Parts: sequence; C-alpha cells; structure tokens
Amino acid sequence: MGYPHPSHPRETPILSKYFGDPEARTLSGWRARGGYEALEKALNTDPQELQTVVKDSGLRGRGGAGFPTGMKWSFMKPDGKTHYLCCNADESEPGTFKDREIMRWTPHGLVEGVALAAHTIYAQTAYIYIRGEFTEPYARVCAAVEEAYAAGILGPNAMGSGKHVDVHVHRGAGAYICGEETALMNSLEGRRGNPRIKPPFPAVAGLFGKPTTINNVETLATVPYIIKNGAEWYKQFGRPDNPKSIGTKLFSVCGNISRPGNYEVALGFPFKDFLYDLCGGPLEGREIKAVIPGGSSVPILTREEAEGAVMDYEGMVAAGTMLGSGGVIVFDDRQDMVRQIARLTRFYAHESCAQCTQCREGTAWITRIMERIRDGQGTAEDLDTLVAISDGMSGKTICVLSDSCATPVMSGLKKFRHEFEAKIAANKSVVTVPGAFRASAA
Amino acid sequence: MADVKMVSLTIEGRPVTVPDGMSILEAAKTAGVLIPHYCYHPGLPVAGVCRMCLVEVEKFPKLAPACATSVGEGQVVHVHSPKALEARKGVLEFLLINHPLDCPICDQAGECELQDYTFAEGRADSRYREPKRFNPVEDFGGDVLYVQNRCILCTRCVRFMSDVAQEPVLNVSERGDRAFIGKAEGHDLTNPWAGNVVDLCPVGALLSKDFLNRARAWELDRAPTVCTGCSQGCNAVAETRDNVVVRLKPRANDQVNQYYMCEVGRQGYREFNRRDRADQPLVRRGNALAIAEWDDAIASAARALSGRRLVVLASPNLSNEALFLLERMLVAVDGAGVFRLERGVEAPLPGAPDLALRNERAANATAARLLGFTETEAVGSSLGDGDALLIVGDQLDGIGSADLDRASSIVYVGTALPASLEARAVVVLPITNIVEEEGTLTNLRGRVQRFLQAKAAPGVARPTWYVLADLLAAVGGDGRFFMPAEVFAALAATHASFAGLDYEALGLRGLPLVESGTPADTAEVTA
Repeated sequence: MGYPHPSHPRETPILSKYFGDPEARTLSGWRARGGYEALEKALNTDPQELQTVVKDSGLRGRGGAGFPTGMKWSFMKPDGKTHYLCCNADESEPGTFKDREIMRWTPHGLVEGVALAAHTIYAQTAYIYIRGEFTEPYARVCAAVEEAYAAGILGPNAMGSGKHVDVHVHRGAGAYICGEETALMNSLEGRRGNPRIKPPFPAVAGLFGKPTTINNVETLATVPYIIKNGAEWYKQFGRPDNPKSIGTKLFSVCGNISRPGNYEVALGFPFKDFLYDLCGGPLEGREIKAVIPGGSSVPILTREEAEGAVMDYEGMVAAGTMLGSGGVIVFDDRQDMVRQIARLTRFYAHESCAQCTQCREGTAWITRIMERIRDGQGTAEDLDTLVAISDGMSGKTICVLSDSCATPVMSGLKKFRHEFEAKIAANKSVVTVPGAFRASAA
Repeated sequence: MADVKMVSLTIEGRPVTVPDGMSILEAAKTAGVLIPHYCYHPGLPVAGVCRMCLVEVEKFPKLAPACATSVGEGQVVHVHSPKALEARKGVLEFLLINHPLDCPICDQAGECELQDYTFAEGRADSRYREPKRFNPVEDFGGDVLYVQNRCILCTRCVRFMSDVAQEPVLNVSERGDRAFIGKAEGHDLTNPWAGNVVDLCPVGALLSKDFLNRARAWELDRAPTVCTGCSQGCNAVAETRDNVVVRLKPRANDQVNQYYMCEVGRQGYREFNRRDRADQPLVRRGNALAIAEWDDAIASAARALSGRRLVVLASPNLSNEALFLLERMLVAVDGAGVFRLERGVEAPLPGAPDLALRNERAANATAARLLGFTETEAVGSSLGDGDALLIVGDQLDGIGSADLDRASSIVYVGTALPASLEARAVVVLPITNIVEEEGTLTNLRGRVQRFLQAKAAPGVARPTWYVLADLLAAVGGDGRFFMPAEVFAALAATHASFAGLDYEALGLRGLPLVESGTPADTAEVTA
C-alpha cells in the first residue's frame, strides 16, 4: 500500500506492503495476510537449518552496520546456556524512521520475526527495546504481543510446538546512545546507558552476561519472509553484479524533497532515480545541493555524487559514504551547510554518553566552533582546528558516536569548504582571541 | 600458580613474558614502561574510558587501550610510536580544554597526573578559543570536596564507592561535556573508607577538606610508616612539612591494605603533632618534677623500679623492639606485664579481602600477647601493694587514681605526661612517638612490618627502644643495643615466633611470622 503516499511502481514492497492498512495491525488481519505461517514452520524446524537458510539468503543487518545476519546467528550454538535475543527498536538516528512505520503498521510482523529469531538462536526470552519517544509504535507492539500471548503464539507452548518463547517489550528513556547495542543492554539491565568495551562481544557475554544476539527491527521483520519463501526467493532482490547486497531495504526520506516518506526498494537501485522518480525530486524551483544517504552519521554527498550512487552497501561505499540506516536527508540550494552541520554536531554533543574523553570533550568543542562560524565569528584557523579535532575523535573511542560527530564535519569541510570560508571572510568583527599570547606566537 | 599459561611479547622493544590474560598496561610495567593512564587503577574494575593508555599494537587495525587489551603471544606493542603519542596528545588537549589552569592554587599540583603527563606528552599550547565551562565546588560530606571544574571523569571514585566500598553513593550524572560526578540524593561520603577517593583521584577534583591548602606537594617530606589506628597494620606514608605531620596516605601492600586506608587511620596523624609533649627527662625532687640529665634520670628510674615486684603497663602501640626490651626487663626483675586495649566497631572494606578497621584499636597487641603481656581492664587489679609500676607509652585514659595509688613508685616512659601522673611519677622519661623512631610492628595476621622515622623528636626525647635498652642495662639486664636492628635480631634469636626473621629482609612490605599463635598469611600473591 505505502504510507503516507501510495506505493510507487518501482518499489518492491515486502515489509511495507501493508503500511497504511489498519487491518494488518490486528492478529486476525495479520493471519489473513499470511502472518505467523513462517513462525509455525520455523518452530517445527531445527534452528541449525534456519540459521543456514538465513545465511544463504545473504540478509545483512539493516540497522546500519550491515553485518551478515546469518553469520551473527551462527555464533549462537546449542550449548545449553541461557541465550537472549534483543530487538533494537531504539531507532534514533536523525533522518531515520523506517522501524517506526514497521512497528506502527505491522507490529505482528515484528513479533513474528522476534519469536522466530529467538527460536533460531536457542533463546527462550526476547526483549524488544523501543525508543521512549515512540508512543504509538510502543502501544502497537504491546498490543500485538498481548494478542500473540492470548492466542498461544507466544508463551510456554508457542503455536503448539512445545517451544517456549517469551517476548518482553521495554521502553527506553530517550537517549540516542541506547541504540548502540551494548549501551542498550546496559540500559535494559537498569544501568546507565553507556556502551561497553568489546571484547567480550554480545555473542559471548551480552545481556545479563549471557550470550546475546541483537538485531534491528527491519532485519527481524524481514526474516519471516525469508523462512516462508526460501533463500533463493530472497536472492532475486538486488543487482545481479553484486551478490553482497541482497534483498529489499526501507529508506526514510526527509528534508527538502517533494514526497518525503518511507520507500522500499531492492538493493542496487539507482540513487538518482530514487530521488527524482520515487521521491519526486526537489521542491518546485529548487535544486538538490547535498544528500546524507544513510542517517546523520554517514558522510554527506554532493548532488553529483548522490546522483551517481547505487543504493546498496558496496555502492554507497564506492560513492564515499555508507548505506547506514537508510535515513536519506536531502538539502536544497537554500540550505546553509554550516548551519546544518552545526545542528548535527550539537545533537551528538548533547547525546554523548560522556565516557570517553575524545567524545565528551570533542563533540562539545566542535559544536562551539561550528556555532561560532555559523554566527559569523569564525576565523581561518578554526577550519584547521576542526580537522584536527575530528582526527583526534575518530577511531579512538569505545563506540562510534565520536566518529559519527566528526564525519559530517569532515565531509562537510571537504565538500562545502567554500561555504565555511565565505562565512569566515564575512567576519568583520574584531575578535580578541583568548590564545593570542601563546608561547608559540611569541 | 604453576599452571598459568605464560605469554611472550615485545613492549617498546623489550621482551616480556607474563601470565596469559594480563593487560598490556600491567605487562608494560614489568618491562619498566609506564603507559600513561587515568581511569585505570589496579584496585578497580577496568573502565577503559579515559582513552589515555592508547598504544599501537602491530597488526591491530586501531590503537588499543592498554588497560583493556589482553596480552597475546608474539604481540609487538609500541607505546611511544608517533601514532600512539599523537592520540595521547589529543586526549590531553581534550582533557585540558575545560580544565582550569589553576595549578598554582590546586592542592593536587605536584602530584597531579594531568600535570605530569601534560609535561611529558602534551601540547605546549591549546587550540581552544571558547569560554571554559564553569561549575561550583560541592561538599561531598565526610572529608571530601568535589571541584567539578577539574574533574576529568575517569570514574575511579565512582567505581571505588560501588565496587570496593560497595556503597554506591557516587555516579556519573548528565551527559556530554555537562557530565559530572553526582552524589546520591540524601547521602554523604561518610563511609569509613570514603577518603580513599581523594587518593584515587588522579587530578585535583576530589580533595581532602582536612588537608585543603595546608601544603604544596613538593614541600612535603615522606617516610614509610605503619598506621597504628588498629591491628590491621595498614601500610602508610607519613607526610611532613617543617617537622609537622600533615597527612597520612596509604602505601600499597596487597598483603595488608591493597591501596587503601580508613578514615580513622588517616585522622590519626594529629596525635603525632601533640604540643604538650614531654621533651626532657624529669626526676621528682621533693614535691615537684625537675629537669634532669638522661643518665641521672635512668639511674633514678632503675632505683625506683628495683627491689620490688615490678608491674609493666605497656602500650599495645609500642614497637616489637620496645615490647621485647620490656619483656627482658621482666625476666631480669620479678614482675608482670600488662596492657590495655581500646576496642571499637569493626568496619570492613567489602571489596578488599581481609581488610577492615579492626575492633582492636592498637597496632601491636599481637606482639604484646606473644611476648607474654596480659590484657587487663583495670591496672589496679594486677598491682599488689608496694609494687613498682613502669608505664610505657600508655595514655592512661580511664584509669582511676585509686589504681595508681596502690603502686609504691611510678616511672613513666611516654610522649606526653598524663595529668594523673604529675603528682605521682617518680621519674618521667620522654620518648619519641611512632613517626619519630624506627622499628617493627606485628599486625593481627602476624605480619611483621617496618616503619621508618618521618620527623625529628622534640627536645631530648629518645627512641623508645633506646630508653628501654638503657633502663634494662641499669636494672642489670643485657641492654647493649645501638640500633633497632640489633634489638630485633635479639628478639628473633630469643623468641621462637620471631625466629628466622631478619630486620633488613622485612623490607617495606613486611613478612609473616614463621610460627605463632596467630594465623600466618603465607599465601604468596603472584599477580
């Protein structure tokens, strides 16, 4: 169906097929659409076999990192230990709102995927960690879980299979960092949501110290379709010359674009067609200036770069960016890139968990400089300092929030340096630089 | 620890072989390489958050935090490579952007790890042009002051309170660069072990209110000592300025007190600075005590103690050497030795094995018992009519005059003359206190530990062992000792429980009694 706009003929709606269809939210409606068939089949299948199917399908994590899902699941062995499944529904990456729609319109699809994955990784208990601000999705998922328990789909004898599957829904309190998998686990355990040092990885010691698999909503919602239709069926989606990126992906589009919203296309889709054909291109009389293709943490593309890009993991890397979470943010020619990037860095400075020095101090420092340049108080030396700070922040911390803050600055400086320089050149005020009496200046 | 797998690696070009599972940071220490760090502390769980200990490990894609990375066979670690140095220089710059450069008025200056590493590896200038963040100073209760502006959020204090003291009063509040160390609503740092957060703090963010603005670190003289607050025998450092003890700090000893010391022990330093010290030998002439020469005073004391049954009231805080000489005196003349022991509430440090503020609030009751002294509540009950009483080091608090009146003559050997003795003592011999002399103490687990002299004695007060050796000779015993080591050697030769111990070999961490009535801690730590 598509929501809020009708499906475009060039979309491949699998996950988004029932977006906008209120009936699909209910258990009966979901069953009428073929729901829970995959789960029933899976519960009566050996987990090893299921792991192999998912591995063969080529499905990769849809949360941003793109780690092969089947391989992640294969770390979980039938070792008799307590295992946990976590569903990361803390979708907080600026520009991303695909999981939100999955949970709003097809909550049973997610519950089915979660239960199926739990069985596949030898876990009895699964947690869905939902972002605190997602009030409607939270209510929808809770209702679906309740219905599923009442119908015996979840519980001690899931769908009559004799398997025990419990699903708990947990609501976050609204911290971006709790979307980082180990911070999410800390938060779920009632601790401060700080990312953990790895190793140990979650597959060894995750939630409550037990082997844990954590997957994104979109990934888990996709799995039932793969189990139902087989790995071969799934492999048809994607470009033939790139077997590494398989399947369909939801893209959330926002910003200065004619038809914002969620679009589901097969990986390998040309980005230019996506922007101009599916999303209707820029607003009347405007021109696209820049695009962030995968959530605010990935490098910014110029219009030319974006138009030449292919929408899959490898295609985006070739274009110098990343597929990320699929959150597409479009900027048109009216936008002040310095202001936009300053807004992004402010977000990261606000959300830094404060553990690692570089991130805690660097995100705030970058923000202060960016906002000073934005306000016409920048100096030429600021640009070198920004590069130096970004360098010092990248690849040196426990998680990648620090890198995520540096990325838009680095790519913005590289691609839109003239905008920074124009603002600095326009700085006519006499700035007394507190460090003017430095030793090196003497 | 025979079955531990050993791993060989190269750190800064030096080959090291360490047990498997050890961190690169600890392995580097064995090679004599100090990898700069803030959040890491050997007594606390690893946090890996300051990112100061980043080192380059060959074949690793990224720099590795040395505190949180285990050694691996054949690893090649570069601590001072350009890449690692650049990363640490970056961390220092980040730490300093909001850190006030108020070293001239900061108590931590001179013993500040931020200062030290900045001088070693930091930038000469800062590129920070924005206003610094400002936050008010907060009183954390107990003896602790929190100067938020200087905090680098290493979380050592938070981890100490939650994992070692197991009273999680501190936390990290807020996020980003607004973060600070928060204190649980309605709670203060009144835990008896809370003062350790001041020592653990690598910068001047947590300060002792007691020590505030008292001295600059570089003005202090330091000597290793042993805390006399209880029978635990925590290893400590006595820090003095102009011959005044200004603080006691714990000295690491994983057999006794790890890295810690309790509040009672820390505050015990005041006793060492008493102004009402006995600093001249005194001999009674008529109704008054008059200043005398040492030789005359010793002779007078020997006369007062001879020819009668002798009762020795010894302080359980006296050194092994002093107690031994008293025991010899009781062999030379007929008599009995007693001691009084103050008791209090035991306060364990839950996260450290066998570490507590013990209910026996004296340092050497173990040796007193081993050397035949009996514990008594009232001195009077051990005194017979006409007995001579030799009081050594005891403060006499709570002893009634009726008890003392039963003695025919009283000789007082101590640091300060109690009021109750002013009219009763025949001779007063001034001695040094524990930080003014050297010697050994035996803790409750039978560990014999040395302490060294930290300050000069007032007047002509002499070391306890020295005075007692003279007195022993004067009453006819063998008192020819010229060094505390000689007294200790005689002790080891005389008493089976001290057999085999050598003064020098005790080192500064002590050794357990070989054979004694107390459980000896012979477990060797090979960590």
